[in-house]
Amino acid sequence: MSELERLLAAKEIVVTCGSGGVGKTTTAAALGTMAAVHLGGKVLVLTVDPARRLATAMGLEEFGNRETKVPTEAFVAAGVEPRGELWAAMLDTKASWDDLVGAHAPDAKTRDAILANPMYQNITGKFVQSHDYIAMERLYELHASGTYDLIVVDTPPTRNAIDFLEAPERMAEFFSSKFLRLLITPYRSRLVNFASKPFYSMADRILGSQFLEDIAEFFILFQSMYSGFVERARAVERVLSDRRTSFLVVTTLESAPVREAEFFIDALSSKKLHLGALVLNKVLPDYLNDDAATNVARRLCVDHDAIAAALPVDVGDRDDVARVLVELGESFLNFQVVAKREAEQRAELAVVPEIVVSVPYLDTDVFDLAGLVGIGAHLWRH
Amino acid sequence: MTSLLERRLLFVTGKGGVGKTTIAAGLGLLGARSGRRTLVCEVDAKGNLADFFEAGPTAFKAREVQASLWAMSMDTEESLKEYLSLQLKVPLLSRIGPLARIFDFIATAAPGVKEILTVGKLAWEVREGHYDLVVVDAPATGHIVGQLRAPEAIKELVSVGLVRDQTEWMTELLTDPTTTGVVMVASPEEMPVTESLELIDRLADTHVDVASIVVNRVLPELFGRGEEEIFDRLCRPDDTDALSAAVGGRAGPVLDAARLAVTLRRTRTAHLARLRAGVEPTLPILYVPELFARSHGMRATSQVADRLGEEL
Repeated sequence: MSELERLLAAKEIVVTCGSGGVGKTTTAAALGTMAAVHLGGKVLVLTVDPARRLATAMGLEEFGNRETKVPTEAFVAAGVEPRGELWAAMLDTKASWDDLVGAHAPDAKTRDAILANPMYQNITGKFVQSHDYIAMERLYELHASGTYDLIVVDTPPTRNAIDFLEAPERMAEFFSSKFLRLLITPYRSRLVNFASKPFYSMADRILGSQFLEDIAEFFILFQSMYSGFVERARAVERVLSDRRTSFLVVTTLESAPVREAEFFIDALSSKKLHLGALVLNKVLPDYLNDDAATNVARRLCVDHDAIAAALPVDVGDRDDVARVLVELGESFLNFQVVAKREAEQRAELAVVPEIVVSVPYLDTDVFDLAGLVGIGAHLWRH
Repeated sequence: MTSLLERRLLFVTGKGGVGKTTIAAGLGLLGARSGRRTLVCEVDAKGNLADFFEAGPTAFKAREVQASLWAMSMDTEESLKEYLSLQLKVPLLSRIGPLARIFDFIATAAPGVKEILTVGKLAWEVREGHYDLVVVDAPATGHIVGQLRAPEAIKELVSVGLVRDQTEWMTELLTDPTTTGVVMVASPEEMPVTESLELIDRLADTHVDVASIVVNRVLPELFGRGEEEIFDRLCRPDDTDALSAAVGGRAGPVLDAARLAVTLRRTRTAHLARLRAGVEPTLPILYVPELFARSHGMRATSQVADRLGEEL
């Protein structure tokens, strides 16, 4: 059994994180696919990224907030026979928030009032940060449902992924904040003349009283759900730091993503979260750093005419052949510049987990399950 | 259509990893070279814009990194402080401290506040004429819409007060295609192209004009006409052996590398075609080649600026 296979077999939640564009989503999908094929059980791949990338790669037309099963035909087409089932879901922020309010509101009247509040609609529908909290909440809910043996979660790019780790904590802090009490006090008790207080008059000038009232109404309504929320936020935090959860940092060997990977590895360690593996993605082939091959490439660039003359005549016109030889040499050296840089980045990675796997630069795109299985095979090989 | 550098405010966006910062830095340098007082602002605090100009870390306060070129990184708290001291003439910094905390709190409740502090600061620099051109290394595709829509969203939320008054001119400035434009960066790969096309659709909601697409990391065509046949011949085992003998070393890896380059180029060409087919034919598309550079830095940024200059 490969190291990564063992890790996946032992965990219930695997979170892939890393900078944008490094292939987190594809890695998550490939891992989920491999787990479904080799380990069996019910495996869910959950993407929390606002962009809809996963569906394409998993061969599904589209999938939404509700989990969708990847059809058996897709596996058949990929030439594999899964021991388990593969499911996929994409986070729909608004629908998840509505579900959450429905679950925590004390009664239908409060629920409807919250759902109709303009603040609520803006928070849930239009802005980015609300994603982070609801993503964790949804992960928690799916895990707690006990429906899945393994959930592989894809996250937004690193800086956001940090936000997203802290989201439950921030949410709990937020609802117990003294500013919140300060803000809604004048609306709860008509005894306080809020205009007389400098803070309120300042806030009123900047934001207008209607807005303050909307905020206050929103929080007064939300307070009825306060304890449920805080409790939930704490529970979400516990699940993330549980030993059944592991984090996988994905990076390419370019400087900016590597730096973010390091940043993320540090953050995981300071939060005492489990760093399961480092996935180096889109790594150029080793032979590009080979000294003998480099010499060959250099000679092709310099001695092209002599080498062309030494080749069988029917390869082609001698001048044409010589030109091709130069192009071959130059192209090799061009790609070598990038490969060298990658090797340096790899060497500079200071702290790495026990499991480090590399996935080569694939010259074709992953657009179906067979492609995911192909990547999965590289992940599994180590 | 107003040409790219004649606009005053450019939001450079694209899927993560396609080289947004490279292009933003290149556009900034190009702007500065054309004699425009240019500001480049990094919004996602990854802190690597500085590498592209080799000019030390950037901060909220803009710093001149080259003649006519300033660089800064966004910090919403600093932006709020600046706003408060300008708008409310709040004199004492000590009073801003607790206020900033309260607003940070409100910003968490109504997260549009953070977005508007970002967009607002940039729009303000343009309106005040502090710079001729402001280039924003904007958030990735998933997040840019929320940011550009912030003034409208705040307006829906806040019916009176100073903040609302501010949203009017911001929206006007952002939705004026002679002033503001989005520069969509894509690499010729499947997901970046798909996301760019989706984002162009979603940007319609914001009424901010898409000014141009920049395709980054375009691979050169390795072989000219008839040369690919010679390459195929050389890949035949007998000829590969002959080549190895002639060159005095194993030629296999060099041929493998060339095959990788050819296939990559071919796949990328297909994605480029899809991108072109998916957008209005009038939308300008600029091409920047794969640089094979040793690292990001002034030299690479300068090459990108050169190429963008040729394409414009």
